Amino acid sequence: MQVFWTLFRRELGSFFQSMTGYVIIATTLALLGVSLLDMLSKMNEPLDAPLTEIFYVTLYFWLILLLVTPVITMRTFASEKASGTFEALMTAPVSDLQVVLAKFAGALTFYMITWLPLMGYMLFLHRYLNSPSTAWEPRSLATTLLGILLVGSVYISLGCFASALTKSQIIAAAVSYAVGLTLFLLSLRSLVPIAPTGWQAKVFAHISMTEHMQDFARGIVHTTPIVYYLSLTVFFVYLTFKVVEARRWK
Amino acid sequence: MSELMIQVENLTKRYAGTTAVSEVSFAVKRGEIVGLLGKNGAGKSTILRILSCFLPATSGTARVAGHDVFFEADEVRRRIGYMPENNPLHLDMRVREYLKFRARLKGLSAAKTRERVDVVIQQCSLTDVHRRIIGQLSKGYRQRVGMADALVHEPELIIMDEPTIGLDPNQIRSVRQLIKELGKKHTILLSTHILPEVEMTCSHVLILHHGRIIASDSTHELQGKIFESGAVIAEIAAPAPALMQCWAECDAVQHVDIAPIDGEYHRCTLMARDGIDLRPIVFDQAAQRGWKLRELTRGRHTLEDIFVKVTREKEEEHF
Repeated sequence: MQVFWTLFRRELGSFFQSMTGYVIIATTLALLGVSLLDMLSKMNEPLDAPLTEIFYVTLYFWLILLLVTPVITMRTFASEKASGTFEALMTAPVSDLQVVLAKFAGALTFYMITWLPLMGYMLFLHRYLNSPSTAWEPRSLATTLLGILLVGSVYISLGCFASALTKSQIIAAAVSYAVGLTLFLLSLRSLVPIAPTGWQAKVFAHISMTEHMQDFARGIVHTTPIVYYLSLTVFFVYLTFKVVEARRWK
Repeated sequence: MSELMIQVENLTKRYAGTTAVSEVSFAVKRGEIVGLLGKNGAGKSTILRILSCFLPATSGTARVAGHDVFFEADEVRRRIGYMPENNPLHLDMRVREYLKFRARLKGLSAAKTRERVDVVIQQCSLTDVHRRIIGQLSKGYRQRVGMADALVHEPELIIMDEPTIGLDPNQIRSVRQLIKELGKKHTILLSTHILPEVEMTCSHVLILHHGRIIASDSTHELQGKIFESGAVIAEIAAPAPALMQCWAECDAVQHVDIAPIDGEYHRCTLMARDGIDLRPIVFDQAAQRGWKLRELTRGRHTLEDIFVKVTREKEEEHF
């Protein structure tokens, strides 16, 4: 456990020791700021939805998720491999799984930290909002955060996997952009000219992240998406673990 | 406790298409400083990486302090301090912070970490820079940080891959001094392609060529072997013909070269017959004839000569 916490602290700390962390936070902050403006203008129209759903329908959530997660995760393994510190790390008495979990947990924690300004906006709107229809619901805020965490953990684990595959941070980021964007586009089946029917429609409904997130933002929690995101996360973390371990098969 | 620190048997490592190390066997006793000597690409780093559990071997076994590097990797990694090639460090961290991080990673308790970090900072003369960011330090200091990291958990065996590469002569001297100091308490295995380094720091030497060990001896014995075949050089004040005649009459001398230097001095390079030490004979001859003798020395070969000789022999066998 000591190894995990030591590595986790180093992993999280490294975001704040280099410029990367601050650039990521600044980018997220800028995007969240624009989304706040959007939210304010939407509130001028009569709307019957919780605040979190108004935030969600501005769609900045997806922009932040797709843009920011690959940048957070690209350095996890790739930079250590490029600089050679990976060799120093793996020749210390640490297990492969500890290393993978610590890096994943560190990146995921940093990802959640980048969402903190959103909480500030929510509190701010709560303080100055008089409209009874757009209710500020602590519970819908909690479910939105749960959604952000679940979808985020899929993208963070995917990014760690991409980073473990290569020495180059650019390639790591490119791979996680490509796979991450594909996962996202799969959930936009309503944009497909001929909508799928039958079993295909069922499959697409199950993997539609946009619909899952809309539910989370409304305050609805289904177990299906939770299981879906958790299993995807476990799958990618497992793949990362195998890639790190593969060093010993060669 | 087993007497042997490292035991390597028939170790082979193949990368896709090439064999980096083939059928290497050697043993290192506790307390030795062993140098792994070879050209770039001879397989030095591969052997060290296998010993430090970073890479698995294709075949053969390697044991550190009696533990197998593949099946008991955790036991082995606890016992070694490894400094990889080019000494990679987290450049964004401060010296003390980095050493603390590494000590905790290696399983030291918080109290023990504080104690050991202080000790290694002292030991590696890092006191002046322990608050500085590693990325801003000179290469010599970084090398010391890497060595402090290798030492921090009091390992039984220290493995260093090219510890003096890229340093200036002063830094090299101080790093070698540090290695010698460490050798009093630890077993050390280091790799290098610089021959004087082995001569100066190591008690034993393994010469590696194309992934095979071609010579394994104590540094002293290897040097001794060279002395036997070496020449004796004497600077004597005497006319050249007289010198020529004198050495021609002497049975122990097989061959001589005489070259004039300044004034009446001549430099005689004498080759002995059957490995006889010519120095007393030269002295006696000069004394008998009343010649002034201002230098008398063995033509000392370096490991460089052995290395070139052995590798050339191997290459000739090859073709």
